[in-house]
Amino acid sequence: METFNHDIVIVGGGAAGLRAAIAAAEVSDSLSIALVSKVYPMRSHTVSAEGGAGAALGPDDSPDLHAFDTIRGSDYLADQDAVEAFVAEAPDEVVRLERWGCPWSREPDGRIAVRPFGGMSVNRTAFAADKTGFHLLHTLFQTSLKYERIVEYDEFFVTKLLVEDGHCSGVAAIDLRDSEVRCFTAKAVILCTGGLGRIFAFTTNGAICTADGMALAYRAGVPLKDMEFVQYHPTGLPGTGILITEAARGEGGYMVNNEGRRFLEDYIPSKMELGPRDILSRAIMQEIEKGHAFEGPYGHYVHLDVRHLGEKLIDEKLPFVRELAEKFVGIDPVHEPIPVRPVVHYMMGGIDTDIEGRTRLPGVYAAGEAACVSINGANRLGSNSLTECLVFGARVGQRAAEDALETTATAQNPLARMAEEEEGRLVATYLDGTGGRERIAAIRRDLQKTMERGVGVFRTEESLKEALEEVRALRGRYRDVALDDRDRAYNTELVAALELGNMLEVAETVVAAALERRESRGSHTRRDYPDRDDEGFLRHSLAYESDAGPRIHYDDVTITRWPPAERKY
Amino acid sequence: MAERTMTLKVARYRPEHREKPYFDEFAVPYREDMVILDALNLIKDDMDGSLTYRWSCRMGVCGSCGMMVNYRPRLTCSTFLREFYPKPVVVQPLENFPVIRDLVVDMTSFMRKLREVKPWIIREHEAALESGEYLQTPDEVERYKQFSMCINCMLCYAACPVVAKDPEFLGPAAIALAHRYNLDSRDQGRGERHRAIAVDWGIWDCTFVGECSVVCPKDVDPAAAIQREKVAKTTDTMLSMVLPFGGRE
Repeated sequence: METFNHDIVIVGGGAAGLRAAIAAAEVSDSLSIALVSKVYPMRSHTVSAEGGAGAALGPDDSPDLHAFDTIRGSDYLADQDAVEAFVAEAPDEVVRLERWGCPWSREPDGRIAVRPFGGMSVNRTAFAADKTGFHLLHTLFQTSLKYERIVEYDEFFVTKLLVEDGHCSGVAAIDLRDSEVRCFTAKAVILCTGGLGRIFAFTTNGAICTADGMALAYRAGVPLKDMEFVQYHPTGLPGTGILITEAARGEGGYMVNNEGRRFLEDYIPSKMELGPRDILSRAIMQEIEKGHAFEGPYGHYVHLDVRHLGEKLIDEKLPFVRELAEKFVGIDPVHEPIPVRPVVHYMMGGIDTDIEGRTRLPGVYAAGEAACVSINGANRLGSNSLTECLVFGARVGQRAAEDALETTATAQNPLARMAEEEEGRLVATYLDGTGGRERIAAIRRDLQKTMERGVGVFRTEESLKEALEEVRALRGRYRDVALDDRDRAYNTELVAALELGNMLEVAETVVAAALERRESRGSHTRRDYPDRDDEGFLRHSLAYESDAGPRIHYDDVTITRWPPAERKY
Repeated sequence: MAERTMTLKVARYRPEHREKPYFDEFAVPYREDMVILDALNLIKDDMDGSLTYRWSCRMGVCGSCGMMVNYRPRLTCSTFLREFYPKPVVVQPLENFPVIRDLVVDMTSFMRKLREVKPWIIREHEAALESGEYLQTPDEVERYKQFSMCINCMLCYAACPVVAKDPEFLGPAAIALAHRYNLDSRDQGRGERHRAIAVDWGIWDCTFVGECSVVCPKDVDPAAAIQREKVAKTTDTMLSMVLPFGGRE
């Protein structure tokens, strides 16, 4: 068994992973850091983020105001100590990225410009036109190349956390080049593997967003927190689900129904298009139910109209919106409204961590969308996620580095043995097996349909129970999965099979947690329990793995200075 | 109405089965709004799970899905079948790279070249973070912005006749990236970067065919970047002869 020894292993090379790697490298030049990713870092899904990164930078802004907006946006489920740390460190992180070369859009005097965003009460969102995620990711990636102690392992798919004596001391990963399993040893393992959008049929998320890190942690006994909270973004392109950024509304775009009316005046008149995503997505779904939507080959949609902003502003601040609309739906937003509908975009829940990124399993840490600290609670505000990757990526990198400096390495032999066993399991299950009748794509499509139907914007006891049964049946079918591809060289079907396994496991936690939460809060809307119930459910759900499926426990929400109140706009 | 179909001729390379690459033909259902990548996904999902390629964002920004489509380097997520319908379309791995499997090429040399040009901000002195951002006016951003739009899709390497002859050539994307940092008002690393790019396998290797800029899906114009670096290097060299104690600025 080929073994690579490092002090820290980071799984995932998106914004959180890269930020963690740089933070760890800066703690001590004696630390050796492995950045292990199933794709080259610049392919990570951070690249698709468009609108911006929120931070209290402007003269009329303050961390407290940012905190209050975030907490109110979260429907009071965010942990307020985490939010306070987040808003305090956000401005420095945005400036740090500036120091590293991020091409932030600027004010005429040269300062970093900020734009309005949904649920934010002042202009707070730093941006690089409407390709903020792309620029942020490439800036971090290019900066990381400066550090020789960050060693990249590109196109390695991690399949198991190696836990010995209650401490995680490494990972087993398939090298895609030859499908051999390699053993990585480390004193700390940081999971920065992003979200799970691909468990739904209609999502903005790239193909790689398959819940991998969440599944790794869950299987190792780490609970997944607040998994019922899935964010629908109000404006995806019908058919593909490609994201049209919230910045289109931040810059002044209108949402219009088939009567030509700005229908948000019926739902959130004080904020209109700058309302938070959960409220806007529900509003669009209700317009569809009322028959106020357009109908096309890919279902119902409403219009996002930016024509009145003019070509100059669109080209300067929303060039990607124009590029995407022209390319993928053949519409020039300068002259025509853009068809849009709510689309699965972001996972508020994730691997349960404390404020420094530690999980309940020593040696395992997490940050970014894969993690749930939680600053997002029941609904994330747009532009808080890129900043979350920076702030908590930096925090977790630093914490893990300091912990690693005080930890002695675990003996290598038992770890290598575990990795060998893992290789045996993978080969026997997927590559050498002869039986199997189920196609990967068939199970995946059924899962995606099930989630969309049962666990969408609106949920009921009935829809959730049905979804839970279906997901369990799909897990059964998955045990009979067959691969066409048994090659060892770059076997993408093997990866797809493992991803599907991760998606199924984690999907079950989403449904189970949603079923247990008998209230409506943030993105989680139960038709049978339409009100928020603080007495029963001002609590985080925690999903633990067991033989009988996810066991749901609850944990308190940390309240510091903002007592829970009705969420009013 | 009978379902319309379209034929894809897809290059295959499975070294464990056959020594040489070969083609497989697939007939896929055709829709006006389908891209090449949709067709490949359909094949992989329903016909042949062993077909191998990279993809992720399907919105032209992650840079994973570059391939030769009818012998031109293209992003397959942004290339529609309707451009070719009803004729068959040929899909092959990017030119000028070793092939690992089917449509997947070896990016190792590309990644090394990116690092070689030192694509990060280099400064003699770093101001304390508390002093806030370095000021940069919109015009100063505009100077380098275009060259910061590269998604590392490597289409320019597949199109470049110099890369074809000399695999060690740093290549369009890497030099454009160096140019991007050289133009950034916050950066002071031009001299250091010139040591990396003003070499025989760097800017002087380019014969200015310009194909890189033609195929770039993000209008980065690497050909212009390379020519401007040639001019900058030449000017620096001449100045350093006139002013031996430091020619810059």
